[in-house]
Amino acid sequence: MAYTETELAEELENSKYKYGFTSKFDTDRVEKGLNEDIIRQISSKKNEPEWLLEFRLEAYRNWRKMKEPKWAHVKYEKPKFDEITYFAAPQPKKKLDSLDEVDPELKEMYDKLGISIEEQKKLAGVAMDVVVDSVSVQTTFKDKLEEKGIIFCSFSEAVQNYPDLVKKYMGKVVPPNDNFYAALNSAVFTDGSFCYIPKGVKCPMELSTYFRINEAGTGQFERTLIVAEDNSYVSYLEGCTAPMRDENQLHAAVVEIIAMDDAEVKYSTVQNWYPGDKDGKGGVYNFVTKRGLCDGRNSKISWTQVETGSAVTWKYPSCILKGDNSEGEFYSVAVTNNYQNADTGTKMIHLGKNTRSLIISKGISAGFSENSYRGLVQINKNAKNARNFSQCDSLLIGDKCGAHTFPYIETKNNSSKVEHEATTSKIGEDQIFYCQQRGMDEEQAVSLIVNGYVKEVLNKLPMEFAVEAKKLLEITLEGSVG
Amino acid sequence: MLSIKNLKASIEDTEILKGLDLEVKPGEIHAIMGPNGSGKSTLASVLAGREDYEVTEGDVKFNGKDLLDLEPNERAGEGLFLAFQYPVEIPGVSNMNFLKQAINSIREYKGEDAIAAKEFLKKVKEKQDLVGLSGRLANRSVNEGFSGGEKKRNEIFQMAMLDPKLAILDETDSGLDIDALKTVADGVNQLRRKDNAFIVITHYQRLLDYIVPDVVHVLSEGKIVKSGPKELALELEEKGYDWLKEDEGVNA
Repeated sequence: MAYTETELAEELENSKYKYGFTSKFDTDRVEKGLNEDIIRQISSKKNEPEWLLEFRLEAYRNWRKMKEPKWAHVKYEKPKFDEITYFAAPQPKKKLDSLDEVDPELKEMYDKLGISIEEQKKLAGVAMDVVVDSVSVQTTFKDKLEEKGIIFCSFSEAVQNYPDLVKKYMGKVVPPNDNFYAALNSAVFTDGSFCYIPKGVKCPMELSTYFRINEAGTGQFERTLIVAEDNSYVSYLEGCTAPMRDENQLHAAVVEIIAMDDAEVKYSTVQNWYPGDKDGKGGVYNFVTKRGLCDGRNSKISWTQVETGSAVTWKYPSCILKGDNSEGEFYSVAVTNNYQNADTGTKMIHLGKNTRSLIISKGISAGFSENSYRGLVQINKNAKNARNFSQCDSLLIGDKCGAHTFPYIETKNNSSKVEHEATTSKIGEDQIFYCQQRGMDEEQAVSLIVNGYVKEVLNKLPMEFAVEAKKLLEITLEGSVG
Repeated sequence: MLSIKNLKASIEDTEILKGLDLEVKPGEIHAIMGPNGSGKSTLASVLAGREDYEVTEGDVKFNGKDLLDLEPNERAGEGLFLAFQYPVEIPGVSNMNFLKQAINSIREYKGEDAIAAKEFLKKVKEKQDLVGLSGRLANRSVNEGFSGGEKKRNEIFQMAMLDPKLAILDETDSGLDIDALKTVADGVNQLRRKDNAFIVITHYQRLLDYIVPDVVHVLSEGKIVKSGPKELALELEEKGYDWLKEDEGVNA
């Protein structure tokens, strides 16, 4: 069916919320820079309630007073905040007719990662076959979730459809004035995901952002909120092993998780933003605030992350263990190659009695990269019998890269027990030679050794994700030896 | 099968092998003995292709191919196996995973298909029994937390799995008690065929009570100074190595 331009404009005008926005494409971009007017514009374009506008404005006013943090062990050029366009509605990607039209380099990467043809088409924006259209998969998926009362939608949809829930929980774990980038996100966030698991419900499948109905790009300021009511369970997957290229250099996301009594949330993520070229040019800055609140008794939040992308990463998924007997876990693999910089780790804040936390961090540095683990374990005075175990290992490939560990431990309760172990090792020539003598080439050897090293963490990922993540590590480290 | 001519090799400008000659034919077992520092382990490393050593002269043919031109993994693909004196630990990598990768890499080199899971497991079971390691390896990481004896047995197990044409055993007997020694020797004897060969590097004659060599060579200061039948090993055990140096001195 052919449209005239006017008809198209009208159609778009009237199809409200299709992408969570109300206006038409050509005006869906605000001018560069940031001020209160622009925030009002963003909020009005998104048809937001007054309280949300206030939330944004307050965050903005705080942000103005804040300074960009400098403590991270990363080097980068400070983003020019006046040069950024803070609101651009996701442009629909050009639809391709077949996979043959996809950039061969990208296609090769998909193949290496073992991504299925259907998924490849979706990632590359190829028009889908109606019969196997993922929309039908998604519909079944959504029906199943609705049956259980689970809400899983884009943040914008949630604001429109479940404003009370959003209002109640948003900013509860990461307050808008928490830190420089969280404040910026709170002022200008464009979209993200919302997930709500009602009391007593165990989510029957892994919730992947990949299957979210409204898949439109969420832009550079993404916001995720996950609420697990009493005695509920959810496993949530964020991201994708496929390489993500983006014209936006600065990414500042906020993720909040709340777990009530006896609830458990498992959050797994694979981050593969464009890391820049071999000389360190370009690449995404990824400055993320991720935090979970174990609000209820016996609640549990578990973070698993595989970080291979971004030029600069600044990320500390944390747990506030407020409920008695609550439990926090952090499993991380962070890989840096070429000129990448990563400063990542976790914070475990023990507030309740008998709270437990476990940190397993595996850093891998290659090329000229710098990879730091930064972690805080804080036992507060009421956290009787709190327990923490941390293990931070670093693996070096080559001799031009760096690995650093910055553990901070604060205990204010004598009955607590905190253990920290750290190792730094180099992939030994002996190990490589041993593998080679058994028939493997150098890259097979490195990949085998690296996979052994990260096994503890990859085992925590859902099966298919783990398989892809394993391949992703191989690709990231390709050519890093010799 | 293996033909070494006038091999000279050094490490950090110190010459260790100073013109070594050796011929190994299919079906043979050669023992190489010699005092510490005579170059025994260097020979093993050079043949396997360890980078630390620089070959300055000489020629090594392995089944008609120029061995020194091949990468270490290509040498393995051609059927060369080294049982390490100090087997290396690889944390987190299960023995089974390691072996499967090794077998498949070699198959790939030869242009063959990857091994079927069933065939692999059958082979594992069979060869594990051979070295008395049944059920003790499967879920453990490569050599991690293994006792000295287990590591050496694991080398023989890997050898059995990979079925090489030429296996070099670099002091596989060191640090073994008599029972482990017998098991290792048993394993080698069972693998012995008309179309494969072994080079057994050892300090002590006692291993040769169990693995009976066709030829015994004495390596001294980077050269083979004497070769003889298996009785030579007994003579060395009795007299030590010094008489050979004197001999050589006289000859020179």
